[in-house]
Amino acid sequence: MTGRDIISISDLSIEEIFEIFGAAERLSKAVTGRGIDLLKGRVLASLFFEPSTRTRLSFESAMAKLGGTSISISDPASSSLSKGETLADTIKIIDSYSDVIVIRHPKDGAAKLASRFAEHPVINAGDGAGQHPTQTLLDLFTMWKEKKEISGLNVGIVGDLRYGRTVHSLAIALVRMGANLFLISPEELAMPSHLLRAISVESSPKISNSLERIIPNLDVVYATRIQKERFPDEAEYLKVADSYKINAKLLSKGKEDVIVMHPLPRVNEIDSEVDSTKYAKYFDQAKNGVPVRMAILSKILGEEY
Amino acid sequence: MEELKIEKIKEGTVIDHIPKGNAINVIKILGICSDSSASIGINVPSSRMGSKDIIKIEGRSLSATEIAKLSMVAPKATINQIRNYKVEIKSNVDLPERVIGIVRCINTRCITRAMEPIKSEFYIVASEPMTIRCIYCEIEMNGNMIHDNII
Ligand SMILES: [Zn+2]
Repeated sequence: MTGRDIISISDLSIEEIFEIFGAAERLSKAVTGRGIDLLKGRVLASLFFEPSTRTRLSFESAMAKLGGTSISISDPASSSLSKGETLADTIKIIDSYSDVIVIRHPKDGAAKLASRFAEHPVINAGDGAGQHPTQTLLDLFTMWKEKKEISGLNVGIVGDLRYGRTVHSLAIALVRMGANLFLISPEELAMPSHLLRAISVESSPKISNSLERIIPNLDVVYATRIQKERFPDEAEYLKVADSYKINAKLLSKGKEDVIVMHPLPRVNEIDSEVDSTKYAKYFDQAKNGVPVRMAILSKILGEEY
Repeated sequence: MEELKIEKIKEGTVIDHIPKGNAINVIKILGICSDSSASIGINVPSSRMGSKDIIKIEGRSLSATEIAKLSMVAPKATINQIRNYKVEIKSNVDLPERVIGIVRCINTRCITRAMEPIKSEFYIVASEPMTIRCIYCEIEMNGNMIHDNII
């Protein structure tokens, strides 16, 4: 994978996804404590045209653990570098300072553009088009690590399946890897029909508006943020938010070993009483972001571990 | 071959096998208005297509870019170059692998719509009906959405 750009999860084959998982496992064991020198002298440039503190910190932590360095522009949108300058020009300059670029940008397809103008690999850390491949990879990695395989897994995605666009790439990846999808949302936040068609080519997801009814089937509950601004009024929002809230009572109706995931930050989709139960895996999921990003960085920079 | 109810031309181009109802779109795309005269056959019976549209343009041949644009509207069209009332060269419209710089992405948030030094670029997803996908923002466009956004 040396030199590869990571723009969309669909750019990666299933084999490559598993290769990344393997490297992430090995690296997470290797870097406990002091870290290693695998990427010594290599420079990661993080360009966040839109704030996403934890994604940026997770990349920078991964780079540091591998012995590399990170440079970043604190506020690229207002820096002199980008005033009146095209993104293409900014990328060419930053590319000449670094070995890999991590970009987050509000415009659809911005990361793809960056990859065309950079000679070094570019990693998409979220763009307007809803691709956020390293998030998808760490979600998949968490399921794989917890459940040993993804094929045959019953995964319920709950909440905002309409606007939550990173969920769309997760759903497509899960189907490609042979998981059985359950899509659980209120009607107004249902998955768009064109996506449903794309997913249904390989399997037919089960659709429901009741998590309570579906939960006995699930191995994984993947909750997403339900945003207030998607609803006409507060009362409507509260009604929906309440009926999709995940708590200990609900989980007791599920399989003994069901796990709960969430990309975080959560608002109140998961009751904090769940945090201390065996079901809760969302903090492990966030933690997995570092080894997964270490694996990606080492692979595209040509340093197999 | 079926009898055409429109006049033969001396020099120019005959675009045949245009899907019926699309002659007007072709005229629009090729910008045939002031510099050349054209006759149009609409709903002409066709053994291959049931019925089709056909356009005869006097005194004009098509550039590669024009043929690429034509492929978005009439992917199965035949182009006949006429010299002295005879078909000199007959060719089919080839669908390009990528559609570059001839269709504007319909998504206003797409990076190709910003002031960046890139051309629009699409993969062809299907040719019947014509469906293309932006390589940048991944949005899919088809039918009139494409016709209305030919640059
Ligand atoms: Zn686009």
